[in-house]
Amino acid sequence: MSAQLAAYSTSTGEAFQFWVLGTVAVVGALCTVFMKKAVHSALCLAGTMIILAVFYLANGAYFLGVVQIIVYTGAIMMLFLFVVMLVGVTAADSLKETIKGQRWLALLCGLGFGILLCAGIGNASLNEFNGLAQANSGGNVEGLAALIFTKYVFAFEITGALLITAAVGAMVLTHRERTERAKTQRELAEERVRENKQLPPLPAPGVYARHNAVDIAGLLPDGTASELTVIKTLRDRGQIRDVSNDAIKDLKALEQRSEERLGREEEATK
Amino acid sequence: MNPVNYLYLAALLFTIGATGVLIRRNAIVVFMCVELMLNACNLALVAFSRMHGNLDGQIIAFFTMVVAAAEVVVGLAIIVSLFRSRHSASVDDASLMKL
Repeated sequence: MSAQLAAYSTSTGEAFQFWVLGTVAVVGALCTVFMKKAVHSALCLAGTMIILAVFYLANGAYFLGVVQIIVYTGAIMMLFLFVVMLVGVTAADSLKETIKGQRWLALLCGLGFGILLCAGIGNASLNEFNGLAQANSGGNVEGLAALIFTKYVFAFEITGALLITAAVGAMVLTHRERTERAKTQRELAEERVRENKQLPPLPAPGVYARHNAVDIAGLLPDGTASELTVIKTLRDRGQIRDVSNDAIKDLKALEQRSEERLGREEEATK
Repeated sequence: MNPVNYLYLAALLFTIGATGVLIRRNAIVVFMCVELMLNACNLALVAFSRMHGNLDGQIIAFFTMVVAAAEVVVGLAIIVSLFRSRHSASVDDASLMKL
């Protein structure tokens, strides 16, 4: 490739990499938006971020490429996954629209915005590019360090203040001071007796004949599920599985199957 | 291939992220879409840095990453405390500032 051509084009290998990985990145981004469960969204986003790291490396930003993998996919996405676990993995997003037509309007706005951005880039004269060969000649990390500690040193110091503020803010928001002493087991037992609501231990979850999972409410004698048997966390998340109608469904399925078999046998005897 | 294509990809990813913020109502997914937008901006900055042949774009992208890390910490803390008080991570439920 001549030097003149190199001023406005990249190598074929990079073009191939761009088109293959770019497609995957866009698919990952779309999956992030349209996956129903937050865990799947997080995993798709992590994939997109790794591909972006590859693009940084291809663009000569070696330091940023590595930082992208370590900080974004390593730290930030794992933080997201932790919060997803806290909030409840299986809790799917409700897809009911509260404002009528909001989804279509949002898609329309997004489409218009995308066209606007692409038209703006298309109108700019960006046909020549310099490449980072000269800027990276002393090493990418050394070049960045020289800039950070000279031209951008004030911004870099302000960043320290920002990080401290963020750490303190996160602690203030999530840490709850215990204002009273934790009750001992004896006090709890005495309180139960005094209130006279639920003297014995709470009933166990699960219907022993078929299920013993903790998210299945135990059945009362009349066949209704007792919410008392499921632990409070699952109750709050609305993750109780209801099996009270399963027996009737199983019976129906069994009847249908036996009818089919009987019907076939009748046909065979005819 | 012209490196301008990286800018088009960044614009596309930014648009997808913005649409996601408008469409989704799970606070965590909305937050992920914001992260996607920030990443798209970083890609554009890195591509600009290559086009101009200096490292300033990469420095700005680096600062964006630092700010994004701080933002994620505070944002996820807010989501966790919201979930504690309302038992839901939907942005519709958080329509009032108080309980």
